[in-house]
Amino acid sequence: MIVDLIVTLVKILFILAVTVGFFAPILTWVERKQSAIMQDRVGANRADILGFTVLGLFHAIADALKMFTKEDFIPDGANRALHTLAPIVAVVPAILTFAVVPFGGNYSLFGKEVNLVIADLDVGLLFIFAIASIATYGYVIAGWSSNNNWSLIGAMRTAAQMISYEVTMGLTIIGVLMVYSTMKLTVIGAIQEDFLRWGIFLQPLGFLMFFTASIAENKRIPFDNPEAESEIVAGYFTEYSGLKFGMFFMAEFIEIVTIGSIMTLLFFGAWHIPFVSTASLLSIFDFLGTTGSNIVVMLIHVGVFFTKVIIFIWIQMTIRWTLPRFRYDQIMKLGWKILLPLSLVNILVTGIVILALQ
Amino acid sequence: MELLIFYPIALMCVGLALAVVLNKNPINSAMCLIGMMLGLAGIFAFTQAHFLAILQIIIYAGAIMVLFMFVIMLLNLKEDADHWMAREKNKLLSGLTAVLLVGALYKIIDVITEAKFKAPTAVPDSFGTVARVGEALFTDFVLPFEIASVLLLAAMVGAVVLAKNKLD
Repeated sequence: MIVDLIVTLVKILFILAVTVGFFAPILTWVERKQSAIMQDRVGANRADILGFTVLGLFHAIADALKMFTKEDFIPDGANRALHTLAPIVAVVPAILTFAVVPFGGNYSLFGKEVNLVIADLDVGLLFIFAIASIATYGYVIAGWSSNNNWSLIGAMRTAAQMISYEVTMGLTIIGVLMVYSTMKLTVIGAIQEDFLRWGIFLQPLGFLMFFTASIAENKRIPFDNPEAESEIVAGYFTEYSGLKFGMFFMAEFIEIVTIGSIMTLLFFGAWHIPFVSTASLLSIFDFLGTTGSNIVVMLIHVGVFFTKVIIFIWIQMTIRWTLPRFRYDQIMKLGWKILLPLSLVNILVTGIVILALQ
Repeated sequence: MELLIFYPIALMCVGLALAVVLNKNPINSAMCLIGMMLGLAGIFAFTQAHFLAILQIIIYAGAIMVLFMFVIMLLNLKEDADHWMAREKNKLLSGLTAVLLVGALYKIIDVITEAKFKAPTAVPDSFGTVARVGEALFTDFVLPFEIASVLLLAAMVGAVVLAKNKLD
């Protein structure tokens, strides 16, 4: 009992350290560096400690300091309670999603089976979907409670966009469910030990649609109409400053990691290396004993998982700095008239193929 | 131990449900309703119905309430006393509703206190899982399921027709 509790606690701390402690600050730097490279600039290199800049990595620290020390400003006529609640509602679901994301398989350490997931829910896939839909409120009440028309327009756009793309996301998930016939994320990960059963081969169209819809859900370019700087100042977070603004910022970057993890988990073989099964990996390190080999394999798997996540983060960054912003009606048209029918066709074709193969 | 989890959630639900009715500000009411639904999902999860709990969050808290919020914001209702006090004129209707509510509550309490509970039987592991719910839905309850889908389809067609008339 106590051991289980400690193991779970360690897993929670690990996830928090990786997402909030590592990825969120590093990604602010990556975003700057990536844009600089793509636009042929030198990029973030001004923040220095005693003359050392370390490729501009200190900008993350400077950002954090700035956010902590800035005045927390609430405009006149704003709804104070909701204005404060909004960033919390936005950032908590982003972190909470990781509760069901497995970042490795099953390992026997010191005679104990350890599962690298915090909560192995029977409805894991739906849990992610449900939690993501809660995040909408953070953005919507942020815009509404600010007593600012730009914010309100941003909030309306957010609500419309997130509802539209949630439909596509939900229907795409059905395709994934049909091929794996389970919602348990650990099982979905374990099935993909077989390279030919990676989600990308079973659901290629589903992958493209899910990726598009999740970028739209995260409101990043080309779907950043809710915060379009050149049209509505900064959209729903126009009236936010200091750490509250920082929380919206953090939510966006954590969601990038979430999207990367879900893509890896559902479509790119989770923690598995192509053509290398867990059993063969274990036999290579057999000379270290049961616990030793399990520890090595566990580290390899976690490394592989996060490498894939980083690749997906890089793809998202590249998309962000390559494409221009869509017009609002184009976003709605893409969501309802192209992606929605396509996702229905995807379900139909998946069903027919599964039936034919039976 | 279980009651330690149940009572705070139940209290939260009742408190938030009261707040929905008593709040003057429509957005605050909507937020309280969302909180209440999340609490309800907690009670479902607590009684082993995990799938139902998740559906409660996705459908009610995630989808329907977002549309509510969207409409409230579209009308941009502020704390405008004139608009929101209009209901008070209809005292007769309020009284009738209260009588009906008390009657229904009385009947429910009557049935519950009369009922004799057997010792709780252990639930099987598969209880409340996606597979089990799906099985029940497509075997024992397939007719209600189909009727409900036809009803939803009719509502959808109706909405499209109404919107289309306005556009043309």
